[in-house]
Amino acid sequence: MKRLFLIEFDKLRTNRSSRILIGAYFILLTSIALIAAIKFDIGPIKFHLAEQGIFNFPYVWHFNAFIGAWFKIFLAVVIVSMTANEYSNKTIKQNLIDGLSKREFLHSKWIMIFAFAGISTLFIFVVSLILGLMYSNYTELGIIFSDFEYLLAYFLKLVAFFGFCLFLGTVIKRSAFALGFLGVWQMFEGICYGLLKWKSPSWIDADQVFRLFPLNAMSNLVPEPFTRLSAVRNLAEQVGEVMQTNSAVRFWNIVIVVLWSYIFYLLTYRLLKRRDL
Amino acid sequence: MSTILTVTDLTKKFGHLTAVNSLSFSINKGNVYGILGPNGSGKSTTLGMILNVVNPSSGTFSWFDGAKNTHQALKRVGAIIERPNFYPYMTAAQNLRLVCRIKEVPKSKIEEKLELVDLLDRKNDTFKTYSLGMKQRLAIASALLNDPEILILDEPTNGLDPQGIAQVRGIIQKIAAQGATILLASHLLDEVEKVCSHVLVLQKGKRIYFGKVTALTTDHGYFELNATDLNALQKVLESHQDIEKIEVYNTHILAYPSKSMTATELSKSLSEQGIIITHFAQKHKSLEEQFLSLTKNQQP
Repeated sequence: MKRLFLIEFDKLRTNRSSRILIGAYFILLTSIALIAAIKFDIGPIKFHLAEQGIFNFPYVWHFNAFIGAWFKIFLAVVIVSMTANEYSNKTIKQNLIDGLSKREFLHSKWIMIFAFAGISTLFIFVVSLILGLMYSNYTELGIIFSDFEYLLAYFLKLVAFFGFCLFLGTVIKRSAFALGFLGVWQMFEGICYGLLKWKSPSWIDADQVFRLFPLNAMSNLVPEPFTRLSAVRNLAEQVGEVMQTNSAVRFWNIVIVVLWSYIFYLLTYRLLKRRDL
Repeated sequence: MSTILTVTDLTKKFGHLTAVNSLSFSINKGNVYGILGPNGSGKSTTLGMILNVVNPSSGTFSWFDGAKNTHQALKRVGAIIERPNFYPYMTAAQNLRLVCRIKEVPKSKIEEKLELVDLLDRKNDTFKTYSLGMKQRLAIASALLNDPEILILDEPTNGLDPQGIAQVRGIIQKIAAQGATILLASHLLDEVEKVCSHVLVLQKGKRIYFGKVTALTTDHGYFELNATDLNALQKVLESHQDIEKIEVYNTHILAYPSKSMTATELSKSLSEQGIIITHFAQKHKSLEEQFLSLTKNQQP
């Protein structure tokens, strides 16, 4: 395990583009804190975003888990290009000849996926904790340490997404095409949803089927947090809108996403095993 | 003698094309083996299969009498396939460090092996800045990191300039002289002839010869002669009891002995007959001629 980690870590550490992208990613994650600096002070209208309750415990876990996930594409690029490069440089072939098994090769990549997701989650935890302690109206321990399922959901969402990227990188072997395909897949899911809504027979519930799609399942895992915000709700009520909030982390969404992660792992392994190099 | 590799009925099909056809052979410790064959005869596919990168269609192979599974066994093997494959953005030392991690050998060997292939002064340059010759030498250093029990080389001098070829050959000969087991695939016959004790000849994925290089050369060689009096020489040779055939080739006479005969024996008997020799050479049919006649026999 340590050996596999070090092998992959060496590959990443020595690659300049990877270093830059990973660095940029963590800087951006930290920049969530900059939201706190958003302040309008125009005469009588005083608006300070940080005072609007977005950093209240336990809401801050949800809010930051949602925002933090936006930046995951940076690490996705790293994963896809590192995988595709193994093929274009034929280093995967050399790794196998040197005595790495195909399973070990895949595991070294998956260890990196877990490491990326784990460190990101830890990062979000620390940033949120600091922001919360600075701006939250409630700082009782019981409140601080509630709603942690958002962090778990964030972690699983990243794992599944990176697993999907690793799979695409392995299938397509070209980083640009693999990333392009990721975009195409996103559209494909949208079109499928549209078609399901429009054409499917009445006994099929389009929304329930759509829940099973990988990217949609990942995005459902951490639902948008904005409608939960009291400021937004107040605003909505003023214009006579009743908001339907559905912002909890749902057990079945977790199951679907974990299953997809496992499917991506299995498919990637099968492909590695079958393909001649 | 311990067996390093046993290959039994190994077959690889790419669609309707059979690249390797029911191939069997075994490799023993301490010998230098050559795999000969024209381009597309299945040399690289065979090596790919025993090195875990190509899945066999059928048949089996086992390393070190099946004591370990393939990827564990490969940690005791050193191999270079076709082109040197390294991470272009890593330095030579970083690349070798990664190989050390994969093979689970101490990093202390890195300097020693870089020294051996004469790359020590370039160890902190990235791989992408290397010339092809240097890349190939780095690949050799990498293959030697674990002091392998067998070294597998696939066309190690392919694409190199004459100087690079000489360097790589020199390294191979040095390693062979140390008693290492080597498996060398090549279509360059003189390369194989120079270093190999055994040879496997492939054609269209089939084995057409496997055994000692010397046994492949079944005749007793021949002598190339010239003398001040060419007619007298010819007469003496014709009457010699152990010479079965003579040929005149340019200004020389070629004499084929019917049994193995040393140069001393022949020159002694010629001087006894009063022949003054001006040119004397003992020769063998080259592997190239052997190979061509062997592959020609197999043509349908």
